[in-house]
Formats: sequence, C-alpha cells, structure tokens
Amino acid sequence: MDEIVKMIGLKNNCTFCGVFRRQALDRGAALLKVDKVATGHNADDIAETVLLNILRGDIARLSRCTSIITGEDGPIPRCKPFKYTYEKEIVMYAYFKKLDYFSTECIYSPNAYRGFAREFIKDLERIRPRAILDIIKSGEDFRISTTTKMPEQGTCERCGYISSQKWCKACVLLEGLNRGLPKLGIGRTQGLNSDGKKDRKRDSRTPSIESKQCGSLEF
Amino acid sequence: MHLTLEFGGGLELLCESVKIHNVNVDLPKGADKLSMRDLLAWVRTNLIKERPEMFMKGESVRPGVLVLVNDCDWELSGQLDTTLEEKDLVVFISTLHGG
Repeated sequence: MDEIVKMIGLKNNCTFCGVFRRQALDRGAALLKVDKVATGHNADDIAETVLLNILRGDIARLSRCTSIITGEDGPIPRCKPFKYTYEKEIVMYAYFKKLDYFSTECIYSPNAYRGFAREFIKDLERIRPRAILDIIKSGEDFRISTTTKMPEQGTCERCGYISSQKWCKACVLLEGLNRGLPKLGIGRTQGLNSDGKKDRKRDSRTPSIESKQCGSLEF
Repeated sequence: MHLTLEFGGGLELLCESVKIHNVNVDLPKGADKLSMRDLLAWVRTNLIKERPEMFMKGESVRPGVLVLVNDCDWELSGQLDTTLEEKDLVVFISTLHGG
C-alpha cells in the first residue's frame, strides 16, 4: 500500500486499498472453497457508509450498503453479523473479556473522506446514541426512484470478476498503476447519453487517453 | 489523591506507550472533591505528550473515547461531573480504529 501511495499521493487511498482487499478476500475465499464470508462491520461502520454514500451521491452503493447479506446471487455470499452492534459495545466486551485485538489505525486514514462522516457520527452519538441505529434504519428503508438509472451487473472482460462496467475496478486501477496513470479509475464518469455514444466527463485532473484507443475501456 | 489511570485502544501512544499510570493528583484550589473534569485537565497537561486533539475535544474527551470509572461507564455516573475517590481506577479506551 505504501508503494501505491508513493504513486498516487495521499488522496483516494481508500479506493485502491478497499478494492484490492475486497478482491483478495474473495479470491482467497474461493481458493479455500468456503460457503460464506463474514466480515466484522459494526453499526458505526454501516452508519458511516450510509452517510458517506449520501454525501457523495452514490445511489448504487446506497441501495446495497445496508443489506446484511450481499452477493447472494454470486458464488460466495458475504454477511455482516455485527451490523447492529455498536463499536462501543464491542470495545467494552473486548475489554472485560480481556480479548487481544489490533487497535492500530490505518496511517492513511486521517486523509480519508470517511473520517468526516465518522467524526459527525461520533458527535451525534454523544448527543443521541440511538442516532446510529436510526441512520441504519433510514438506509434500509431508502427506495430508489424508478427513473434513476442504475448500473447493471456483469463480469469483467479482463479477469471475470463481477463488475458493473466493462472492466472491474481492480483491473482499471491496476492498469492505471502499471501504466503510470494514477488517476485512472478515479473521478466521475457519465453513463450513456441519449444518442448512445459513450460520454466521458473529464476534469482537468483526469488524463485524456483518447489517442490510445483500447476498445471500449470505461473509466 | 492516588489514582490508577489506564490507556487503551491506541491512546497509550499519546503517553509514550505507557498503558498504566499510577498518579497522584492534587485537588484544585478551594475544592473538596476531584471531578472527572478536573482529572481530564490534569491528564492533558501532565500525561499527554503529543497530539492532544486525539484525546480531548474542548472540555471533554474526544467523541469515540470510552471512559470507565471503576469498570463502570462514566455516562452512568454523570460524565464530567463524576466525582473520584482515593484509589479509583479510570480507564480511557479509544474505539476509533481501522480505516
């Protein structure tokens, strides 16, 4: 991860780490031929994710992030047994049972956007502790308008992993790292516009690689 | 007043990696009781060697830091107004970790 940060700088670190770690987890689970993967996400994490997705307008993730089981139609479903357990309860349990656990914080997390959502949630918890469970409940009850365009799930052309684009995020990021284009896969994209042409919204940071046509690479 | 203070969940890094501190805290001038409010100010001045914003925010602890007084959550005993007695054990645990 340190090498990746040397290449991309201190922003968008979570994108690289999260995408690669998820895939590594899935591939490892497939190698071990497990039935399910359980992760330790707690109530605070889910509430932060709901807020984060609202703040960033990520409707696709917003509709999925409160599901306690995800990927049921895939090879290995994932579940979050601690979805309703407060982080505070977990820490107190570990303390009283004298359980050994890692408490190191990721060194890149101070720059992460999630930090703002977390700070806000912690302040809310202090005033009204139920807020965390209520945010999760709101997230569960969200219904996306039928006119909103949602991405469709397919498979990555390069590696076969599940993806809503032609290439899965990990392949896009990896391609960017290997080609010295750290911004590949970062930044917003537009979907298909009305005449069916693929439209790419570009800001001054995203490099233009139109001159290097490589099929229908979406980024 | 003799107290035992413990730091966990990563907070010990702010006190030169010492987890357990046996301390002697003087009562503030004119007061006959030591409150958590007084103790926090004392800790910030005397024990926190770096990044005090990780431990405290304003008068109280940073949100996300659990405080246990004799193994009991301080929210049950009045938070900042909790009064301390000789040989009490106060534990500060940070619940903020991961990414």
